[in-house]
Amino acid sequence: MEISVIHGNEACARGAIAAGCRFFAGYPITPASEVTEVMSRLLPRYRGVFLQMEDEIASICAILGAAWGGAKTCTATSGPGFTLMQEGIGWAAETDTPVVVINVMRGGPATGQPTSSSQQDVMQAKYGSHGDYEVIVLVPSSAQEAFDLTVKAFNLAEVYRNPVIVLTDEIVGHTREKVRIPDKVEIVERKKPASLPADYVPFRSAAEGLLDGMPAFNQGYGILVDGQLHDEFGGRAGHIPEISAAMVERICRKITDHADDLVDVEEWMLEDAEVAFVTFGSPARPALRAAKDARAQGIRAGFLKLRVLWPLPEKIIDRVGRQARRIIVPEMNMGKISREVERVVAGRAEVVSLPKLGGEVHTPAEILKSMINAH
Amino acid sequence: MTTSPRKKAAKEIIIDDQFCKGCNLCVEVCPRKVFSGSSKRSRAGYSMPQATDPGKCSVCFLCEMTCPDLAITVIEESP
Amino acid sequence: MLPLADKYLRKRTLPLIFCPGCGDGTVLNVFLRAVDDLGIFKDLSLVGGIGCSGWLPTYLQSDVLHVLHGRAIPFACGLKLTDPRRKVVVFTGDGDCVGIGGNHFIHAARRNIDLTVIMINNGIYGMTGGQVAPTTPLQGRTQTSPYGNLEPPFDVCELARSAGATYVARWTAAHPVQLLKTIKEGMEHPGFSFIEVMAQCPTQAGRYIEGTSNAAELLNLLKKRSVSLEQAKETPPEEMGGKYVVGKLHHLTGKREFTQAIYDNFPQEKSR
Repeated sequence: MEISVIHGNEACARGAIAAGCRFFAGYPITPASEVTEVMSRLLPRYRGVFLQMEDEIASICAILGAAWGGAKTCTATSGPGFTLMQEGIGWAAETDTPVVVINVMRGGPATGQPTSSSQQDVMQAKYGSHGDYEVIVLVPSSAQEAFDLTVKAFNLAEVYRNPVIVLTDEIVGHTREKVRIPDKVEIVERKKPASLPADYVPFRSAAEGLLDGMPAFNQGYGILVDGQLHDEFGGRAGHIPEISAAMVERICRKITDHADDLVDVEEWMLEDAEVAFVTFGSPARPALRAAKDARAQGIRAGFLKLRVLWPLPEKIIDRVGRQARRIIVPEMNMGKISREVERVVAGRAEVVSLPKLGGEVHTPAEILKSMINAH
Repeated sequence: MTTSPRKKAAKEIIIDDQFCKGCNLCVEVCPRKVFSGSSKRSRAGYSMPQATDPGKCSVCFLCEMTCPDLAITVIEESP
Repeated sequence: MLPLADKYLRKRTLPLIFCPGCGDGTVLNVFLRAVDDLGIFKDLSLVGGIGCSGWLPTYLQSDVLHVLHGRAIPFACGLKLTDPRRKVVVFTGDGDCVGIGGNHFIHAARRNIDLTVIMINNGIYGMTGGQVAPTTPLQGRTQTSPYGNLEPPFDVCELARSAGATYVARWTAAHPVQLLKTIKEGMEHPGFSFIEVMAQCPTQAGRYIEGTSNAAELLNLLKKRSVSLEQAKETPPEEMGGKYVVGKLHHLTGKREFTQAIYDNFPQEKSR
């Protein structure tokens, strides 16, 4: 077991390598550049391929090609680059391609605040590309979680044959903390097809709506991977309504049907909570502090932290909404996930959005004050 | 004593009517004018050319290589 | 069925979607022969961009990626770099390669990564109905240059060579025999091989730019406009307008290939 003081960006890179990533293509962008820099130093020592491509579009495309070349791959970027990568992310979802995309959120929009934090991309992470598709989004709130959730992201990408986003932010990315790095982590290896090439149907749903393994190119499977809507064999079907509809439904339900399996939350004193925080990422830490301070003052406060943000853990949020009278959602944006919570809770509790812009995270005192004022 | 090279000849020139789209590029590229237009229709309804003068074929394979639909097969007469 | 087609094509996808007389079909025809002559089918990895030419590789039974508009080359880089033994061939059109894809094109050439990029140039965006392209001749009338194109076109071979490509050649769909030899040479060349194929587009460029959709007439135009390197050297520049210089235009051996550079330079020390 290694124990090091490293920042979240380095922890992401270490997590990727621990999970088996052996191909990385990226482009410099504040505040994510360190992920790329660390990968450039570490990957070649594992005979992994590191590339700094000419732009973010080339980066996402190179890792998609590498995924079909047989490698576990990822890239890292921030807002402007994440925007450029959306077409590639959509292609990955449409073609059942496993990749991990790390987005270290910074202030937006446009060039925004390159060196300050935000959580403004939370909806873009889910809806950023055109068309109907699904992604899994993990949100670390510490350097340790940056390591753990990046490992998890790679494993989920393999299980679901899907792009998985690791959505950190500048605070997590640049804050140095103690991180425990085990000698070995639990890894999901890429599943080989159960069928022989002659019988292999690449895009047919098998058990639990998942696919029958993923061959690499040049293993004799002669697989056609097409960004245009296709049938189970990969043949173009954009002109056939029934097959087109079925394909889009399959790639979406592949994730949404497994929403319960994907839940990953931390709870604190929700059983009797009157006021509950629903949190994710950096604001979760001052929120937990505020919840504890509130309890000390006799307020029945509870705390929920989402580590998997999308699919949204609706059943748990619904449960919180039936228990607490008031739900407070601190987030570093104009108030986005608060609307989702409002939707799920459907009026059974009051949902208070606690937005914060400008680049700094909420303080425990700010959160506590808002709670007491509202109380 | 030297012998002159054996003259190549085509045993058969096939135009596959499930693929021909009647573009007539074969008519154009053939240096021996083996092909010409015809009233025959392909399965999709295109007016197809035909190899009307196969005896003239020098088995250069230009038609076979040019055909954008891979519809032509030239089978060379064996010696 | 032509034996080559029977051997290499996905039957359920036939007949080909190309328009009657389209040059894309001739390139597919020639490419199958190149693959067969070289015997490299099992090492083939194909990438197609978006546009008519991007459909070409999807007809083969090899492993194929049909990707985003303009991005075939970076996808291909990912495939090549994960296994240097792969023979990666990219099929792209003029718009796909040097319009939206221009940046990726010049950087891959700069790296001299071992890919074979076959760019089928019809001087127009054909799939979307015939809009102006970076290769449309001056004055060309298209769906988005109805008063005549005011932009000078690229000389894509020159762009490839100056960006660092180490094998550059140009032929037309009227030169299948020469194109076959060139494709084989390009695929065997260990470096960035760029092969431009001027092709007739009866439906769009034919009708809008040339004033005819007759494939045979268009093919003849390609032939008439082709000059060899030697002929070009003896032709005054003012007479070169509208002509295509065909042949092997650039072939540099010995320049370090990128994939090999990556694999030769893994540091010795294992990390923690």
